[in-house]
Order: sequence, then structure tokens, then C-alpha cells
Amino acid sequence: MVKYHSSLDSTFAALSHPTRRAILTRLERVDGCTVSELSQFLVIKLPALMKHLDVLANASLIRRFKESRTVTVRLSSMPLREAKNWLHRYQRFWTPRLDRLQAYAEAKDKR
Amino acid sequence: MASVTLVRRIKARPATVFDAFSTVEGLTSWWGPEDLPLLSAEADVRVGGTFRVRFPTSDGSVHECTGRFLDIKRPELITMSWQWTMGGEPTERGRTSRLELHLRPIVDGTELTLIHAELGEDAGARSHGRGWDGALNKLIETYTTSEAGS
Repeated sequence: MVKYHSSLDSTFAALSHPTRRAILTRLERVDGCTVSELSQFLVIKLPALMKHLDVLANASLIRRFKESRTVTVRLSSMPLREAKNWLHRYQRFWTPRLDRLQAYAEAKDKR
Repeated sequence: MASVTLVRRIKARPATVFDAFSTVEGLTSWWGPEDLPLLSAEADVRVGGTFRVRFPTSDGSVHECTGRFLDIKRPELITMSWQWTMGGEPTERGRTSRLELHLRPIVDGTELTLIHAELGEDAGARSHGRGWDGALNKLIETYTTSEAGS
């Protein structure tokens, strides 16, 4: 059984806003966007964008890098992987068991 | 509420698959995981009868699921309640979910549909209520698949 981080709550909370999902989707395609590129792409004012980036950063979904006056945003994958594991937990529980149930039943009827 | 559905085509008779899931001999033969033997199993296959499986996992922890058979139609249907009485899913503790097994005869065996339903209102369902539109799932899939193996 997989142990789930308490951070799952912050992951799902962060993912529950369409603008933040749009940010992540953009970063998934173009990793390493500057804040101003994101602002232009999403047609969203900087202060609002910064608030959303704070939420995503607090949930460890993104990381921000500052070089001189430019802030670059990158996706970090761990929370998304944990979220995926969580969403698939029962599938992961049953799939290997059904594999073995199938092997057992098929062997039994062959005899 | 969340649920998971898995469908399998098995080259064995429905009765064989039914018994594999509803007898101690059957359960002990496949439950696992891997090569770890069951610690105990109980299957009183009649309406109201108890289903109980206690098993270890490779991390050394012990889990036990306990249920009651709610509906039995050999060899086509098993419905039971499902509770984690030891270990199991932390988010499911103290809750009762429902497991359904539908067995349909097909040309060369059985089509098994397993539905594990009434799983707790999970974070996914909660965020759905707040406007999660399925894009999240797709995002998670895309991102975690594109870097598979890392």
C-alpha cells in the first residue's frame, strides 16, 4: 500500500483553479517560462499571476529561479506523481491481484 | 463518490472464477501480493456471511479487509461490503465501500468486471465540486507519462 503525503491536500487545492491548471499546462509544454511570458500567454495581470504562482510554489508544483531581473518558472513533477498514484490507488491494488486470479483460474480449468 | 472498474477476460469457467474469489482455497491461491502468503482468510459465501482476508505487504506491514456478502448468485455475481480492519488505505479507515464482481460467460471463458465503489469522497471528488473539469487528470497523465522511467 502506498503511503500518501499530507501534501496531497495542497496539491489538489492548488490544482482546483483553472488559471493555475492553465499555468501548469503551459509549463508542461514549454518548461522554463518567464513570468512575463506567462502573463502574456494567459492574458492575466502580473499581480494576479504572482498570487497563483505563490499557491503553486507553496504546493511544490513549480519552482522559481531568479536571474538578475528575470524570474523563470519551472514545473516540478513529484507532487503530480504522488497525485497520480493516489488517484490510481485502487487500480494499483486490484490489477496485480486480478493478474494472479486470472493465472490461477486459467491453470485450474486447464487441468 | 469515487469508484474503480476493471474488466478482465479470463480463459476459465465463470464458476471457477467465482470460487476463486469466494473460497478460502481460492483466495489463498492468488491473493498475494507476490509470493507472500496470506496470514488468514475467511469466506462464508452466503448472504450475510463474512469475508475476511489478512495479508502482509513487502514493506512488512499487515493489512486486513473485512466484508459481508450482500448478494450472491453463483456463478454470476458477488456483491460485498468492504472495510479496512487493519492497515489499508489511510483515507478509507472507518469507512465502508462496496465491491461487486460480475461474471459473464463468453466464448472462451469469463468476462469479469470488478467494481470497487463508494470509495470515500476523495480529494479528487472534492476538487471536482470546486470546478475540476477533468483537465487535471489529463495533465497528471500527460506529465507523468512523458517523463516515465525517470
